[in-house]
Parts: sequence; structure tokens; C-alpha cells
Amino acid sequence: MSTAVALEPVIGIEIHVQLATRTKMFCRCSLSFGDPPNTHTCPVCLAHPGVLPVVNAEAIRLGIVAALALGCEIAPRSVFHRKNYFYPDLPKAYQITQFDEPLGVGGHFSVLQPDGELDVGITRVHLEEDAAKLLHLSSGGRRAGAEQSVVDFNRGGTPLAEIVTEPDLRSASDAAEFLRQLQQTMRQLGVSDCNMEEGSMRADANVSVRPVGSTELGTKTELKNMNSFRFLERGVEAEIARQVALVEAGERIAQETLHFDPSTGELHSLRSKEEAHDYRYLPEPDLVPVVPAREWVEEIRSTLGELPVDRRRRWMADFGISFEDAEVLSETVELGAYFEDVASRVDPKSAANWIRGELRSQLKDSGTPPWESRATPERLAELIQLVGDGQIGSSAGQEVLAEVVASGRPPAQIVDEKGLRQIQDSDALGAIVYELLAANPKEAEQLKAGKHKLIGFFVGQVMKETKGSADPKKVQELIRERTS
Amino acid sequence: MIDRDTVRHVARLSRLRLSDEEQETMREELSGILEHIEHIQSLDLDDVPITTHVVEVENVLGEDVPHEELSVEEALREAPEVAGGGFSVPRMG
Amino acid sequence: MESRTAEESIAAILAGETSSAELVEDAIRRSEDDPWGAFLARDGERARARAKEIDAAAERPPLAGVPIAIKDVLSTRDLETTAGSQILKGFRPVYTATCVERLEQAGAVVVGKTNMDEFAMGSSTENSSYQLTKNPWDLGTVPGGSSGGSAATVAARQVPWSLGSDTGGSIRQPAALCGVVGMKPTYGAVSRYGLIAFASSLDQVGPFARTVRDSALLLSHIVGQDPRDSTSLDWWKPIEMPTAERLDGVKIGVIQEMLDNGIEPGVKAATEAAIATAEGLGAEITEVSLPSSRHGIAAYYLIAPAEASTNLSRFDGMRYGARAEAEDLLEHFERTRGEGFGPEVKRRIMLGTFALASGYYDAYYARAQKVRTLIVRDFVAAFENVDLLLSPTSPTTAFKIGERVDDPYAMYTSDVCTIPMSLAGLPAISIPCGLADGLPVGLQLSGPAFSENDLFSAAHALEQAIAFDATPAGVA
Repeated sequence: MSTAVALEPVIGIEIHVQLATRTKMFCRCSLSFGDPPNTHTCPVCLAHPGVLPVVNAEAIRLGIVAALALGCEIAPRSVFHRKNYFYPDLPKAYQITQFDEPLGVGGHFSVLQPDGELDVGITRVHLEEDAAKLLHLSSGGRRAGAEQSVVDFNRGGTPLAEIVTEPDLRSASDAAEFLRQLQQTMRQLGVSDCNMEEGSMRADANVSVRPVGSTELGTKTELKNMNSFRFLERGVEAEIARQVALVEAGERIAQETLHFDPSTGELHSLRSKEEAHDYRYLPEPDLVPVVPAREWVEEIRSTLGELPVDRRRRWMADFGISFEDAEVLSETVELGAYFEDVASRVDPKSAANWIRGELRSQLKDSGTPPWESRATPERLAELIQLVGDGQIGSSAGQEVLAEVVASGRPPAQIVDEKGLRQIQDSDALGAIVYELLAANPKEAEQLKAGKHKLIGFFVGQVMKETKGSADPKKVQELIRERTS
Repeated sequence: MIDRDTVRHVARLSRLRLSDEEQETMREELSGILEHIEHIQSLDLDDVPITTHVVEVENVLGEDVPHEELSVEEALREAPEVAGGGFSVPRMG
Repeated sequence: MESRTAEESIAAILAGETSSAELVEDAIRRSEDDPWGAFLARDGERARARAKEIDAAAERPPLAGVPIAIKDVLSTRDLETTAGSQILKGFRPVYTATCVERLEQAGAVVVGKTNMDEFAMGSSTENSSYQLTKNPWDLGTVPGGSSGGSAATVAARQVPWSLGSDTGGSIRQPAALCGVVGMKPTYGAVSRYGLIAFASSLDQVGPFARTVRDSALLLSHIVGQDPRDSTSLDWWKPIEMPTAERLDGVKIGVIQEMLDNGIEPGVKAATEAAIATAEGLGAEITEVSLPSSRHGIAAYYLIAPAEASTNLSRFDGMRYGARAEAEDLLEHFERTRGEGFGPEVKRRIMLGTFALASGYYDAYYARAQKVRTLIVRDFVAAFENVDLLLSPTSPTTAFKIGERVDDPYAMYTSDVCTIPMSLAGLPAISIPCGLADGLPVGLQLSGPAFSENDLFSAAHALEQAIAFDATPAGVA
């Protein structure tokens, strides 16, 4: 009898983020994106004979910011190593990276989820340099078909922080969500712009499966360079499915590096024709240890401010807004600050609704972000208050917002000018209701007899009579009073 | 002490093409050299730290300020083969 | 014959007795008449222009336009720089090494580049892939190496001084064999930016000259921190011109291990005579043991090749240098490098790759770096009792061309007396202390880190007392 053992995936992620410095990791050539080939080079990043690397101070600072944000301990002393391998995009034939003494170790990152939090261990954060870019001049596209490849060294030497997680993730969607929230954190701290399309954030995933309940790790495969959240999720999903099928068929999983092709959904092995890598790490003799002063680390820590995860937690707890509202509103520091400002003046849930709903749609065409629009937090709060108090209806509110966005004038002024204030006066409204009931005796009788649907008919008539300026709730109340 | 397979493996790691004859010479010479330096294997070094740098300098960092860069012409000047503003790479299989 | 030292030349220029143009013209002429094979490249046109400029300047720079030759391992903008290797044939750098730049700013005029063992790997300059360099004292012998060209050109009086580089003895040993003064400063004293790397944790640039004072003068213009070299040191203590004539109170330790095994009798005799001279000048002589130094060659020939194997990986025929025809990428790498490097370079790359390879790292590279620690400790202990250490520079005088080329390990033992100081990063100077069978013998003085001024001072006193006649027969 074969018993189907339930299998669980075990996933760890390695993320490379391009640090938001002005210049490269080991020389002071400018970083650029999309400039013509080889327009940002010097003898150092071209690895001319006799040159030496010099560590970028800002890269160290940003590395420390990233490591602190991930709860890592900053190593009292970290060193660089040479990782040796030959490839045309690696001009020295070694990458300067960190090996057994990285900048930060032993952190964790909380991924917020609709139903709780997921704690992901961070093994290490280290610094290194990026490789250059290979350009394929023929129309062939993929390497094998390319007739002529050339190297562009503009990207060569770009500073990277590599973040390695523990194998704490259990699904492809968790992995993608982890990456999204990590991206948000790194962006808000100014560590990196984390643009996956431009390659300033790249993720590799280590995937294995094991029987549920087991504590041992299965043989893992490495999925390389997935350049969007969706591809990461789909790639990992495909790999989990492949491994589960293999295990269920009683086959072994080979340790290998895979590439996910999003156009076909297939996984290809990237097995090299050459022998297994032997990187021959050695301590980089051209660089000296990085020994960050305690005071410097603490100073950096004090500049971090509230991390996105903490802000979201606070909003959900103190403001009672939903997971999704918190996620969207914390997308950027500026939006978060805007929301906080509005929420401090009016009901936070209404603030969240208005910002995510009407304000966003009204600003869509111009592309102006809320915090740069004429709808200042103060104005928006005033408007939300008018609607909340029933002073104006919600459709009038939209009209007023459009005017606020256009002119920046106070909402109350606009309401008065346009005569949008709802009639709240019971006497005036009562008289209209009385007239209408009298003018429609048949419907009035039916309503009295219990046909409640007809309330809508009378409310509509009142709104028509008042050109929409009556408070519909009030009208409904008055009709009920007079027909019961 | 070193066999031909090791010589071939190390030559591949080093990206050095060696003829059969060179491989044999290399095997003999490397074995000879290693024999001469083998005496360090008998030293008790368990408690001895390694020395990678003889200067006790730390935290040498460069300010993140752009420097002068090479023109594309200068960058490519010494390259044996160029194409499309880049350094030509042999066919990659 | 140009008999002036650099110091004397500067004085003569300042006194109006000669000019930079005249001295540079003379040096160019001598570099072109080069039976010793000291020069690989010459830069006559620019040198003449620079000399003219200096002569015309309202204020003369400190070195007043005195000519100099530079070892071909230092990058010189637009001037062919090969490091003695075919893989860099025709290579014209886009930048100049910091130390050369500093010398040019100080008013030295570069007349050419000198021959060397390929990538500074060797002790005889026979590993140059371009030409042999012959010892001016005996054209049948080697000048030592790897800075053989820089040593020979000073001995042959083509130029008053030159720059070399020393990784395990590559300045001191050829200085000894050619009868000139050669100095390796404290590791980090001189910027390595622009020095084509052999073994980065050991390489240092230093001067060759005919006198200790010229050595000090040359070094004084190249020391100091360079923002482009993270391992360069803040040199807060200026290099002073030595004047001492006595050694009163100076404690000199004679390194026992370096007077015993494998030292030629003539070398030993000249060294012992120098020890007696030092004593006569008032020095306190004691015996000192550096027990771990006997493992120096072993450690060095693992550490230096390991670093070299990765330093030389950049020579791949893509951005500069020679490139082999190939069908695919692997073949491209293997043929470009297999054909571009000479036998000794390939041997060391192989040895270094082996020492770093998985499965061998701990037994070779890591052990060697531990032995290095022991050697450092030996020196620390020694300098608790003495101010300076004394030994021969080379166990032998100049050997015959071809004598050691087929036995790599025999060649490696040429550096037995110079390697320990290199591993410990210490300054050391070689001065001629006499002749053995008509060939010069070098005396090595070494000191703790930053003791350059003390070394120059002691070396100067000894130099004056020994009064070595630094003119090889046949040099005119």
C-alpha cells in the first residue's frame, strides 16, 4: 500500500540590491542606467594592470542601514575576499565580495500578512561588486544564437548588498510577499531603488521539498535571477511542482541551478560545461578591514526612523485600518506621511478610503502624487469632515474635491459658492414631503399599507424637487414619520 | 606528489592551455617544488593565526564623489577587438 | 663617463654647471648604447621636452630635471609597459603610477623602462620574454632579478638612479649582484597604484642608486599615503638625508641562520669584514636567531604564487594585451594565457592556483599564512634586543647566465636572505660591501617598520667606511 506523504516546500531567498550610491563600489565612476556602452569607466573598473580598489564609504553606510533594518548585528570587523572565476563580464577574473566575515549577520524580517506575521530569518548581509553587462549585437537574442557579444563596463563594479535568508518560507506566494515588503523597506530607507525591471533588485530562490514534519532539508535547487515578483512566484511554484512530482515518482532531485522562462513557464538547467566551480576565495590583499565604530553604527541606527513594518502595524492597531489599506498607504514614505496627517484630523478609516479611492482617481490623469497636489491634508480633512457631518452628500463631495484639486481653495467655500450644502431643515423638508404625499395619493396609500419599496420613489421625488440638495437620510426619516 | 590529473585540473582552473609535454614538465617541477616546501606540513600551527596583511590599517574608505572617467576611445584603445562601442567577446557556447 | 650622483647632478644644475637637457641627452644616448640590455623602452622625445621645460622654469623643481629609469612593472601613460611579458606587448597604459607621477612632479625625467623578469617573477631577469640583461661586472653573469634592468642601468651609469619593485628580494638581490644600493621600504610606504601586481601583500616600490644618500633622496619623493592605495601609509616622518659617520650605540644583530647554510665563502668573508667595520664604527654587534626564517622560502613560494595566480587572471586578451585566435570562450582564455605567459609565470600561476584550490587550501595557503605569522613574531622578538639586523643580501654573487634556469627551486633560494623581511613587511637595504672573485657582494640591513631613517643612517656610515668602488670594469 502506498501512502501519499504530504510534502512541504522549503524556500530561502538571496536578494541582490543595487545600493543607491552615486559611484561604483571600488572606483568613483558614476553609476548610470541606459547610457551608451563604456561611457562610465576608468582603469580600475576596466581592471587595467596595476590598479587598486578603494571601498566606497557610502556603500558601507547603506550596507549598515540595510543590515540594521533587517535586525542584523553589525560585525565589529568585516573583510573583503576575492572570488575567482573567469568570465568576460568579470574583468579582474575575480569578484571582490565578502565571504566568512560579512558586514551583518543574524537578523530577521517580519512579513505582515492579512492573518498575522511571518518571521523570516536573515542569515547575512554582505557587500560586493556587480559584473559588467554582455551585449549581444546580433538579432538572435539568446546567447547561443548570438554571433557577436561585447562587454559594456558601465555596470561593472556597481555596489550591491546581498541579503541571504534562512530557509523559512513555505510557499511561493509567501516568498513573493516577503520580497515585496523587503523592497518597500529598502526603498524607504534609501538603500536602493529596488527596481526589478532595471535589475537594481534581483532575487534567486533556493527551493527544496520535504515530508511535512521533517526537520531535515531536502536537496535544493537554485532558481536564478527572477526579475519580477510574478516571475518569482511562478518560478518557485513551477519548481515546487516539479520537485513534488519527482519525489512522488520515487526519483531523486539533482542539485542544480535553474533558469525559469516566464514565456513558456519552463525551467532550464544552467549546468556549465566546465567542471564544478572552485572559487579559490582568498582575503583581498588590496583592501583593509572595515571596522565600523560603535558610535557610527548607533548614529546610523538613529536615522532609520520608523520602519514600514512598524508603521503598518501601528496603523492597523491604532487606526483600525485594514491590512490592505495599510499596505497601499505605506507604499512610499511621502504617501504614508500624507495619510498620517489626514488621519490625525479626521476618522482614519474615512481618510484611508478617500485617499485610496476618490483622491487617487482624481489625480490619475495628471500623475501628481497626493502630497504634491493642491489637496493638502488639511483641505482633504475638511472635505471628509463635511461629508461625515452630512453637510454635503458624497457625490457633492466628489465635485468639491475636484475643485480643491484644481484650485486648492477651502472646501467649505466651494460648497457655499456652489450651493451644495444639503437641506437639513426639518420644517422646509417636511413641507415638501407633505406636498408630494398629497400629490401622489395612490403611492402614499400603498406605502402606508406596507409597500416599503416606495420610500425610494418618494426620496427620489424630494431630491428632484430640491435639485439634490436635500440630505437623503433626513428625507427618509421624514417620509417614515408621515406614513407610519 | 602531483599527478597529471591534478595538473590538468589546475591548468583548467587557471585557464592555461598546456601541451602534453608542458603538463609533464609542470608535473615534475611542481612536485619538486612542493617537496622542498613540504617541511611546513610538520609544523604545529594549530594555535597560530594567519597573517594576510602586515599593515595594521582599517577603514580606508573613499568619498562617494564621481571622478574623471575615460573617454570611450581611451577605454577601448588597447582592446584587441572592439565592436559597437564594446569589447569583443569570443563566441560563447 | 658620468660620475655624478643624482645629488651632485642636482647641485650642478642649480649651480649652472650643467642643465637638465644636457644630463637627459646624455642619459638618452647611454640608454641607446645598451650592451647590457637594461632598457626595454625609451622615451627620448618626451624626456627632452620635459628637460627643456624644467630648464626654462622660473623655479626649478627639487629634483631639477635629473634623468631616471623606471622598471617596466610600473604603469606609464602612453609609454609601452609590458612587465617583461609578451601578453602585454605593445600595451600603452592610459594612466601613470602614483610613484612615477610624484617623481615627475618633483622634477625627475623618465628616460625609459627597464628590463625585468616577466611579471617580476625571477631572480636573474632571464625570465624576461624580451631580452637578457647582463651584469655590468661580468657580461657572462646575470644582474639578479627581478629588477635586473634597473640595477644594471645604475651600475652601468646610464642613469644615476632608477625605480624597482621588490616582492621577495627583487630590489635588494639585483642591487647586491650589481654592486649598487637597493632599498625596499616598509610595506605601505610607497603607493602600489600603478605597480603591476605580482603578490599584493608583499610588493613594494623602491629606489636603486649608487649612494645611500641618493636612495634616501629618491625615496623621500615617493613615500606617503595615496588615496588610490588603501594599504598605503600615512608617512608622518619625513625621510631625512643621512649624514652619520659613526654607529656608536647602534645595536646590530647578525642573523645567524643567514651566515650558515649555503652562503658562499666569498660572501661570508665580505659580510664578516663588514661586521668588523661596523664594530669599528662603534656598533654593538650581537648574534640573533630568526628560527622560523628557514621556513621563509616555503611560505613565500605559496603565498606569492597564490596572490599572483589571481592578480594575473585579468590578462585575458579582451581589454588590452595579446589575444589568441580561438573558436570559443574557453579556448580563447586558455590559448591567450597559455601562449601569452612564459614558463615561470605559468609555473607560479599553477602553484598558486593549486595552493588555493579546494582540498589544498588549508594544507598550503593557510599554513603558509600561519608560518608568516611565526616569521613576523621572530622579528618582533629580535627587535626587542637590537636596533637593526644584518645579513648578506644574497647567498651568492652574480651567477652565470643559464646556470639556474632549469632548476626553479635553485633559483628560488637566491632570495633566502631577503624573503623573511618581505613576509614581515619590513624595510631593508642592500649596500655593496666588497668583492668576491671580482663580483660585488651585498650587505643587507633591515629594521622594524618605519625605521627607514635609521637604516639609511647606518647604511650611510657603513658605506663611507667601506668605501666600495662602484665602478664595474668596462663601464665607461
